[in-house]
Amino acid sequence: MIGGGATAAGMGHLAVMDDSDPQFALTSYSQALWSELAPQLPPDAEYLPCGSLWLAADDEEMAEVYRKFAFYQERNIAVEVLDAKQLAEAEPNLRRGLAGALRMPSDSVIYAPCAARWLLEGIPVFLGHQVSEFTDEGVEFANGHRFAAGSVILATGTAITRALPWVPVQPRKGHLLITDRYPGFLHHQLIELGYLKSAHSVANDSVAFNAQPRATGQILIGSSRQFGTEDSTVEQDILSRMLARAIEYMPGLPTLSAIRAWTGFRAATPDKLPLIGLCPGHSNVYLATGHEGLGISTSLATGRLIADHILGRLSAIPREPYLPGRSFDGHD
Amino acid sequence: MIIVVGAGPAGIAAARCVLECNLPVTVIDDNPAPGGQIWRGEAINLGAAQLLSGTRVVAIDGRARTVLTEGPGGPRTLHFSKLILATGSRELFLPFPGWTLPGVFGAGGIQALVKTGLHVAGKRIVVAGSGPLLLAVAALLRRRGADVRLIAEQARPAALFSFAAALLTNAAKLKEGAGFAWTLAGVPYATGAWVEAAEAEGHVRHVHLRQGNRRWVEECDYAAIGYGLVPNDELHSFAADSEHVIPVPTGDVDLATLEGAAAGYEAAGQPRPSAKLERARRFGAVLARAFALDPELRSLPKSDTFVCRCEDVTLERLCGWDSFRAAKLHTRCGMGPCQGRICGPAARFLFGWQDTSIRPPAFPVRIASLVTTTLATNGETS
Repeated sequence: MIGGGATAAGMGHLAVMDDSDPQFALTSYSQALWSELAPQLPPDAEYLPCGSLWLAADDEEMAEVYRKFAFYQERNIAVEVLDAKQLAEAEPNLRRGLAGALRMPSDSVIYAPCAARWLLEGIPVFLGHQVSEFTDEGVEFANGHRFAAGSVILATGTAITRALPWVPVQPRKGHLLITDRYPGFLHHQLIELGYLKSAHSVANDSVAFNAQPRATGQILIGSSRQFGTEDSTVEQDILSRMLARAIEYMPGLPTLSAIRAWTGFRAATPDKLPLIGLCPGHSNVYLATGHEGLGISTSLATGRLIADHILGRLSAIPREPYLPGRSFDGHD
Repeated sequence: MIIVVGAGPAGIAAARCVLECNLPVTVIDDNPAPGGQIWRGEAINLGAAQLLSGTRVVAIDGRARTVLTEGPGGPRTLHFSKLILATGSRELFLPFPGWTLPGVFGAGGIQALVKTGLHVAGKRIVVAGSGPLLLAVAALLRRRGADVRLIAEQARPAALFSFAAALLTNAAKLKEGAGFAWTLAGVPYATGAWVEAAEAEGHVRHVHLRQGNRRWVEECDYAAIGYGLVPNDELHSFAADSEHVIPVPTGDVDLATLEGAAAGYEAAGQPRPSAKLERARRFGAVLARAFALDPELRSLPKSDTFVCRCEDVTLERLCGWDSFRAAKLHTRCGMGPCQGRICGPAARFLFGWQDTSIRPPAFPVRIASLVTTTLATNGETS
């Protein structure tokens, strides 16, 4: 199925991030590529240039807003600081008393399964086939059929460890919930700055407020992060904590109608950077996985970097930080 | 605590059998009063069972053995030792041009509306679809003074013959059938016939019928069209692997009652074999075969007919996908508030797809209802 894995489960938030310089390079490059594509995207890809707001609950988080502001300004990324009053005007359904926010006007939202289908148009796709073997000469399907290829790219998300157990990718479970249609309830993708604290903690289950307006008027609410489970069941206690956190930020949420909750698995790596490039021990096999929560955001850049390598072109950004053979020393 | 979900014939039978085994039982039902669709509005005695009416089960946690409910008092988490799912069935709607027009109801749908106050006296009504329910509904409409123009049954005479033959072995059914025949004397009963389209001026005005190569138009004020019943098995899909969850197979009222009783005894740890149940299952199988849907009905929807009425997804947009989940992801079919309850079974008939991606909550609920305290390990929390 096209886009049936994490692509379907995720939020489809196209964001620029500043966790590290390589992460910034990849996300900002990819966002530029998405912006170029945007006018051609089909309507069902629901591209919505809504921008993001990183919410600061208190002065400590506001200091982080200013740090990020300086970081992005230095790198010529459009960015804006909202004070408490401006934030209340931008998102009236947020609770009063928040300190402010960082606005990222170029961030956007997309419905990824349809975007993926559109990106694959014109490319032969073999659905319902399991690859049992891959070599530098091509792949073999479980039914014994061989398919010769000059290059093989493994873009299997968390399933990569089934083929290559050494790859340092772990499933990180997430929950999401979508509401009925409430056009105008929310205008930007909202993320609490506390999200960074939770996204960074590797040890425990965590929840953080994350809300997104969909083109349909629906609201997508996240998020949770869990290691150590591969069970896709929606866990009521996690869902409950996640929604309770969301309600702290948006007191009007409790009366909205919830339509559906689901889970998905992010492909997480120890150093928070994806694995893009030649697979160690191979000359024509490439990896494209480990993007954790930024797979849709960085998909286009990932494709470019691998294409550049195969075609012997220079890349727009350095490829080294993402190479699968890099050292993960110092990361648990 | 043994919990029964559903207070229709099966759930009531299950609860009574649990009580008979001297065990306490709680019955959760989403209607304001027990009885389900069949005994709607009738006085029901549930004895010592605790009844939670107007309460829906939102989610089941098979491992923690809890159900999350939303009722008049807000959300509650209830612990169970065994959970009996007697959630009954709903109608199968097959999409055809005009099936979403005002005045076009399901057969069971108009039955429920009449039982709760819809006046049909003097109204011209076409009853169509499939199954014995059509006769019961037509008889009810006629007793309430409606002008039942026609009953269009999709099954062909040859298939119905096996049903008639089975009826002869079932005295109670035969008597019921004779009662319908008496009430419906003079109403045309067309077999191998169905409604191809409905047209409206604000409200449905006439339907186009087809019987083989014969096509005609029937004027009407209402159309009641249902293609039989499909089980409400969404809840079971949340805990299909739990040995503590007992789904009750659905059927007509007699079969449902016997299946409910068997589930009640099983939950109480005192299973009882029943020859009557075996007979009723055999009769149910004959019924299912007799009213099997004609493959020609797959051509009822046209390319621009909505299959998913929540998300306005047309037949055309569904063609070319290889599974319901793929169609759902790429067209939004089944993603609306009904959670695919209407279009899912239709897509199963039209395309052979099974909906494998049922998501909680089972019904749209207020977000507040999903914010619960930590699940209790014994008893209940609120």
